[in-house]
Amino acid sequence: MAESQAPTAAAGKAEPNHAVRIASIWLVLAIVADLLIYFVWQPHLPPGRMSDNARGQQFDITVMAVLCAPVLLGVWTYFGYALVNWRRRAGDTEDGPPIEGNGKVQAAWITVTSLIVLSLAAFGTYELIVPAGAGGGEGPVPIWKPSGVVTTAAWTPGSTHTLVVQAIGQQWNWTYRFPQFGGMETTGLELPINTPVEFHVTSLDVIHSFWAYQLGVKADANPGVDNVAFVKPLQLGQFVVRCNELCGIWHGAMFDYGNVVTASQFQSWATSIQTKERANGTLAALPPYATTYDPTEISQLGQAWAKLGIVGAGGYYYPGPQTGTPGDPVSP
Amino acid sequence: MSLPARIVTLLVAFAAVVAGAVFLVVNYIASSLPTVHYVASGGVVNVVLQEDPQNNDPSNPDWVSYYVQNPQTKQWVHTTLFSVPKHTRVNVTILGYDGCTPLRNNYWSQVQGTTGSTVTVQQFATVGKPIDSPTTTKMINSWSNCAVAHTFAIPSMHLFVPVPSPNTALFNKDACGVSPCTSGPHSQETFSFMSPDHAGYWRWQCFIPCGGGFLDGNGGPMQTIGYMTGEMEVSA
Repeated sequence: MAESQAPTAAAGKAEPNHAVRIASIWLVLAIVADLLIYFVWQPHLPPGRMSDNARGQQFDITVMAVLCAPVLLGVWTYFGYALVNWRRRAGDTEDGPPIEGNGKVQAAWITVTSLIVLSLAAFGTYELIVPAGAGGGEGPVPIWKPSGVVTTAAWTPGSTHTLVVQAIGQQWNWTYRFPQFGGMETTGLELPINTPVEFHVTSLDVIHSFWAYQLGVKADANPGVDNVAFVKPLQLGQFVVRCNELCGIWHGAMFDYGNVVTASQFQSWATSIQTKERANGTLAALPPYATTYDPTEISQLGQAWAKLGIVGAGGYYYPGPQTGTPGDPVSP
Repeated sequence: MSLPARIVTLLVAFAAVVAGAVFLVVNYIASSLPTVHYVASGGVVNVVLQEDPQNNDPSNPDWVSYYVQNPQTKQWVHTTLFSVPKHTRVNVTILGYDGCTPLRNNYWSQVQGTTGSTVTVQQFATVGKPIDSPTTTKMINSWSNCAVAHTFAIPSMHLFVPVPSPNTALFNKDACGVSPCTSGPHSQETFSFMSPDHAGYWRWQCFIPCGGGFLDGNGGPMQTIGYMTGEMEVSA
C-alpha cells in the first residue's frame, strides 16, 4: 500500500503534520479541562473544606486531577485522532507502514514522565510535612506538629491551646476521652471550631482505624499503640466518623456522627458531661487517663477474681484456648 | 479417555456442582434465624430476653447466648432477632443467668440511653424467689466487684446497658446448666426506651468480649448473630 499510495499522496496534497494537529487538539482540551477542574470541580471534591486538613487534601486532589487530566486527554486525543484518520478504509487490505523506534520520542517520554513522578513525590512530601502530617496518624511521637500551639492541662474557650481528644476503638463503637476535662469519656464527639485538636487514637481489642471523613483525619487504632493526628476544624457542622479497618461482623455499622460547634457550645457540652459522669460515678470508675490501655489487664482482673473464688465466668472469656476449657472458669 | 467417558465425567461434575449449590441455598434458608415479633399494646411493648452461660444449639453448645421470649407462647427462642413497632415505648426485661466478667472498658458500666438513664435491678435465688429489693441505678460498676455479666447495647441509638450477673455465691453453687434457663440464680433487669420514629434495622450487641475459647474473647458468640449480637427490627 505504501508503494502504491505514496505517489498518489505526493501527486495530490501533502501529508498533514499530524503531530501539530494532535498537539493542538490536546492543548485546547487540556486547558479547558484544567480550568473546569480548578474552578468548577474543586469546591466539590472530597473531603470538603471543614478543616485545615480537609482543605489541604482537597487542594492535593485538585493538583492531581489538574496534572492527570492532560495525560488522560493526551491518550484519548491520540486514540480518537488515530481512529478517524488512520482507520482501515474500504478495500484497503495492505499492511500499515512498519513502526520503528524513535530516540527523541523515547527520551522525551522518559524525561517528562520522570519529571512528573519526581515532582509529585516532592509535592506529596511537602504536603505531608508542612500541614503537620496532613491529618494522618503519626505514631506515638509525631515528627510534624502544628506550629505555635500549646497543650495545657486545661482548655478554655477562646484560647489557642490544643484540645486533646483520645479516640478509643472497640468492637464496635468509638468512645472519646478528654483528659483536659477530668478524663471524661463519651460516645459522641463534639469539637470546637478554630481550635487545634490533637487526637490520640488507640484500640481496646483489635485493629480499627479512626476516620473523621470531613475533617480529613485518618489514623490506625492499634491496641497498645498511641497514634497521634492533628486537625483544626474551620467550619461548623456535622462530620462522619467511621472505622476504616475491617474489624469484625459489625465493622460496617461502626460509624457515628460528630459535630463542630462554637467554642462556648463545646465548653458547655463538655462541662455538662463531666458533671454528669462525676455525679453518677462514671469518672471514678474509669481508669486514669493513659495514652494506651492494656486489654490483658482486664483478663488479669478476671483471673484474680477467679483465684478468690469468684468464678462465675469471671476471667474465663478473655484468655485464648490455652487456658481452661469451655464452660469452666480459669484455672488459678 | 473415550468420548462416552468424557460425557459421563462432565455430567457427573455438573450434577455435583448443581447439588452443592442447591445444598448451600437450602442450608442457608433452613438456618435463617427466626424473628420474634412484639406487638404494641397501649403504646407499649414488653421485650423479654435472657442471657445464658450456654445454649441448646448442638453446633456450639458452650457458647454464651441470648434468648428472646415469644410474647404469645412465652417460650424462649434461640435467636437475637426481634421486632418492635416504631415510636413505641419498649420495656425491656433481661434475665441474667451468666456469671460475671469484667468489662474491658469500664465506661460501659454507665447506663445510657434508657428512660431516665436508669435501670432497675433485682437478684433472684431462682425463679420467683427474690433475695433483695429492686434497685434503680445509673451505673453498675463492673470493676469494683464482679457484678456485670454482659451488656445490651444499641450503639446507633446511644443505648448502652450493663446487665448484672447473679449473686456470685448462689451462682457458684447452683448455676443454670441447661438452656434455655428456667430456674437457678439470676438477675432481673428492667429498663425502657423509645423505639425510633422510622422503620429499619438496628444492630445490638454485648460489649464484654465473651467469646470463650477465642483470642481475647473477641470471636465465636461475639461475632455470630443468634448468640451475643443481633438486630432489632423497627416495623412501620
